[in-house]
Amino acid sequence: MLIIILRRLLQAVMVLLFVALISFLIFRFVGNPVESLLGQEATVAQRAALENALGLNDPIYEQYANFVWRALQFDFGNSYRGALPVAELIALRLPATLELAITSAIFAVIFGVITGIYTAINRGSMMTNFILSTSLVGVSLPTFLIGVLLIWLFSVELNWLPSFGRGEVVDLGWWTTGYLTVSGLKSLILPSITLGLYQMTLIMRLTRAEMLEVLRQDYIRLAVALGQSKRQVYFFHALPNILIPVITITGLQLGSVIAFAIITETVFQWPGVGLLFINAVYFVDIPVMSAYLLLVGFAFVVINLVVDLLYLLIDPRLRDGQLRKEV
Amino acid sequence: MRRFLQSDFFYDFSNTPVAVVSFVVFMVIILAAVFANFIAPNNPFDPASLNLMNGFTPPMQANEFTGEVFLMGTDDQGRDLFSTILYGLRISLFVGIMAVMLAMVMGVTLGLIAGYLGGWLDTLIMRFADIQMTFPSILVAMLIYGVAKGVLPPDLRYEMSIAVLIVSIGLSEWVPFARTVRGSTLVEREKEYITAAKMIGLSKRQIMLLHVLPNVLSPVLVIATITFALAIIAEATLSFLGVGVPTTKPSLGTLIRIGQDFLFSGEWWILLFPALTLLALALSINLFGDWLRDTLNPKLK
Amino acid sequence: MLKHLLVSAAILSVSLTSASAETIRWARAGDSITMDPHAQNEGPTHTLSHQIYDSLLQRDMAGSIIPSLATEWAALPNNPSVWRFKLRQGVTFHDGAKFDSEDVVFSLNRAKADGSEMKELLSSVKEVRAVDAYTVDIETNGANPLLVNNLTNMFIMDKGWSESNNVMTPHDVAKGETNFATMNTNGTGAFMLVSRAVDEKTVLKANPNYWGKDIYPNQVTEIIYTPIQSSATRVAALLSGEVDLIQDVPVQDLGRVESSSGLKLATAAQNRVIFLGVDTANGPTADLRVRQAMNIAINRDSIKKVVMRGQSDPTGVIMPPFVNGWTEDLNKYPKYDVKMAKDLMAQAGYSNGFDIVLNCPNDRYVNDEAICQAVVGMMAQIGINVTLDAKPKAQHFPIAKGGESDFYMLGWGVPTFDSHYIFNFLVHTQTENRGSWNPTGYSNADVDAMIVSLESETDLAKRDATIAKIWAEIQKAQMYLPIHNQVLNWGMRDNIEFDVQPEDQPHFQFLKFK
Repeated sequence: MLIIILRRLLQAVMVLLFVALISFLIFRFVGNPVESLLGQEATVAQRAALENALGLNDPIYEQYANFVWRALQFDFGNSYRGALPVAELIALRLPATLELAITSAIFAVIFGVITGIYTAINRGSMMTNFILSTSLVGVSLPTFLIGVLLIWLFSVELNWLPSFGRGEVVDLGWWTTGYLTVSGLKSLILPSITLGLYQMTLIMRLTRAEMLEVLRQDYIRLAVALGQSKRQVYFFHALPNILIPVITITGLQLGSVIAFAIITETVFQWPGVGLLFINAVYFVDIPVMSAYLLLVGFAFVVINLVVDLLYLLIDPRLRDGQLRKEV
Repeated sequence: MRRFLQSDFFYDFSNTPVAVVSFVVFMVIILAAVFANFIAPNNPFDPASLNLMNGFTPPMQANEFTGEVFLMGTDDQGRDLFSTILYGLRISLFVGIMAVMLAMVMGVTLGLIAGYLGGWLDTLIMRFADIQMTFPSILVAMLIYGVAKGVLPPDLRYEMSIAVLIVSIGLSEWVPFARTVRGSTLVEREKEYITAAKMIGLSKRQIMLLHVLPNVLSPVLVIATITFALAIIAEATLSFLGVGVPTTKPSLGTLIRIGQDFLFSGEWWILLFPALTLLALALSINLFGDWLRDTLNPKLK
Repeated sequence: MLKHLLVSAAILSVSLTSASAETIRWARAGDSITMDPHAQNEGPTHTLSHQIYDSLLQRDMAGSIIPSLATEWAALPNNPSVWRFKLRQGVTFHDGAKFDSEDVVFSLNRAKADGSEMKELLSSVKEVRAVDAYTVDIETNGANPLLVNNLTNMFIMDKGWSESNNVMTPHDVAKGETNFATMNTNGTGAFMLVSRAVDEKTVLKANPNYWGKDIYPNQVTEIIYTPIQSSATRVAALLSGEVDLIQDVPVQDLGRVESSSGLKLATAAQNRVIFLGVDTANGPTADLRVRQAMNIAINRDSIKKVVMRGQSDPTGVIMPPFVNGWTEDLNKYPKYDVKMAKDLMAQAGYSNGFDIVLNCPNDRYVNDEAICQAVVGMMAQIGINVTLDAKPKAQHFPIAKGGESDFYMLGWGVPTFDSHYIFNFLVHTQTENRGSWNPTGYSNADVDAMIVSLESETDLAKRDATIAKIWAEIQKAQMYLPIHNQVLNWGMRDNIEFDVQPEDQPHFQFLKFK
């Protein structure tokens, strides 16, 4: 058991080192530090001096080790554009993205589970067919278009909800939150729907499939036969059984939600790390790009690791080698 | 046996209206794109044939300067929207198909190797899959785009942008293929017919390709259809972020990006028709894929 | 607990809305690049700096020069190469430090230092001297009668503050440098920086000790500046009342803004010309006949009608009408003539055309990418196969400036309102401190000499004649293909009274509420 955990941890570290390698390569070779520091007129001697000073003549593995070592201390250098240490910049922007991701995940889970259960219980009804087909429309349109259409309908035509930004945020010192003000909450609605729609459809379909599976099981039939009310059966027997896979999927998707937030943040001018990254790409702000990459990689690896270890604790059958049921 | 299966398959198909309709819609779109140069009244990719004064002509109304009439109107550059959609479909479909092929070949090969050979190779491939999952298609595309832009001359930008789209979407979608094939392979590996094949001395490669592969293909087909829809939407999304094909040779996604600029100003057709086409395409693939999944694997229903 | 939170949230939102009466929520597409006032010579950057910093003299909302930190200025009667400025007394910086001649001398020298993008504007300045605490002399190399025109964006910083924060020189943005002044300010202007998050939100509040308190309306107490990149989102924000003023209304949405109740449009010609630069040194475009053919193959009228929806002023010269040297005659644009263009191409030996890449920004000028796209079609008519390469401005400008491009789009505003500014940046041969935006390979020693002579010519009639001569040379060489002058459209709440400033620079101390 301990060996499996250690092995899994080691693998996670290897993955992170690889992500760091890609990030390092971008930092080192896409944005040539010498070119950007000296300009075209620099002499060969000036170049050589700077290369030495920056350690660019050290063996590449040493440079990589240095990069990882600095990354461990959250030192990613300064953003060219924001004139701040990249770590500080990301720390400033992270709350916006996390609040958006969490809100959209909550939205996706709640509505996904409810509609999933509903469509499983009421198979073939008009409403079920309607929900199933509209959800497909939702995943058949690109996210940015859904965002723009929502803005058009709810901000411009109906004037109900704000079209951009986070509204008023409360600064807690280490965190800025939009959860504590009315305008902050209102501002969350449209971006969360835009970001969460795809996940919601996934969760709905998964819930529905799991629910149908569970409803076929003998113990459910037995409970019904014993005269328990349908509602009781659904919510006390069936639901707990499907929640584990649903929550697992949601957790695993959190990493890609953060990445897909790039689009939502662009459409809604949401001041999170996704918008920071897009602007870094436009302004060729290499330190920000490579740090963002590491951040997403880190988030994903940690989530994966936690899920795997939880599975290991919950389901002893998995301890002999293969970890997680592939999903 | 095979014929029986096929007829069963076909029976199910012809008795599922959703499947039939979505398949027909899908085929119509494919054919329209393939024969675009016969159907389309204009060639919107030939800049010399365009007349800027035709810009913003509403559908089925004569342009106030030139008097020309267009079925679906024109866009901001005076391109006939109907023709542009047909030509744009070609790009979108090409990108989608190539990306799926890339993802499928990569995913199936790696999945087979991981599942059948196992051991350290299995661990390596699956951890690699983990890394891949860390980089969603958007990030991969922006990275490849950023690197390619620096390396390749601007004359190749058009070819490059298509290649970037294919590689980045393909690369980010191989993991589901690999995981599924690996899972199925693990099951098949233990079956008797494989043991038999081993006994008669077939090589590992032969067993993988001739015996394991055919038996794990049906889930691959299902994933391929879903990935195809994903790829077409991903192409549109990347165009929105400025990574897609240039506006002079627009794909469906690029057209939608252009069209959304005119959402508030009343020129609804520039957004509506490309968006509807994309919706019809993605929806028909998704619906067909759903049916395919239910039919090929009733347990997943 | 939850109830408590909700109550406090409600209180918070009430207190937030009640203060908003004199708050102006202002949005445009892009953010300022840096708060260091000398590090960039770029429109949006200067616009934000203008709220915080003052220059010696400024342009009002109509574009005429009015006093700012200097109250009077004149060339010395006995020595025309020295300008004497009388400074305003009793002005303090935001941190309370006194403003005097030391600060002016320091700031102008700082603007001439390495890393400054403002130094070309001061290339004629020999020395800046403090005569007494409130008098400054600027000596130029030979008399420069139009020196004051170059000072309207030349912001004054506090010497003491710059010393103690080690920002004695501007940071070089192109080299990725930053300094304390990138994010911190200490000006004498009408507004003080409260907070700034790059690309996110910048908050300014009225300066209670502003020297112009009794001179200008000063009705705005707070500015919330938000860059909104997506034009659809930006317009939506205005239409739904989330912002009060946007500077760049997309032309297709003008009708919608105008017809919305509670909103109005303010329109004015902008001091900015849009044109295409062509490589004159290498390739097919080195042949003058090819450039002439390209020039008459551009259908400026249809660009105006369709792409710009009437919101542009087609021109035949790369000079907005505000500029000294502009004439009706120069402004006349050539007749669109495909046949003649084809003839010229044939004469040059390119009857089968050639391939070229057009570099174009896609987030800087009004409909920049759409204009380029239209040009691709027009060039195709005469056989030139153009590949369009549209990029965000941060990537486009280094390409356009660096000479890597054979064919590129550029827009040029003229803050000095004088032709010399155009010549010095766009026409003079590329050298250390001149011609930095002339990558076309055009180099004419006579023209260079004439450009330099403008800086010290005191006889204005003679100077204007030289300007006309230089323009004649430019029109002959055709290294630039003019397209049009931009028209500005500011969308705002209809309770705001605010003139559109021809440099696209709102100065909020002038804004009045109805």
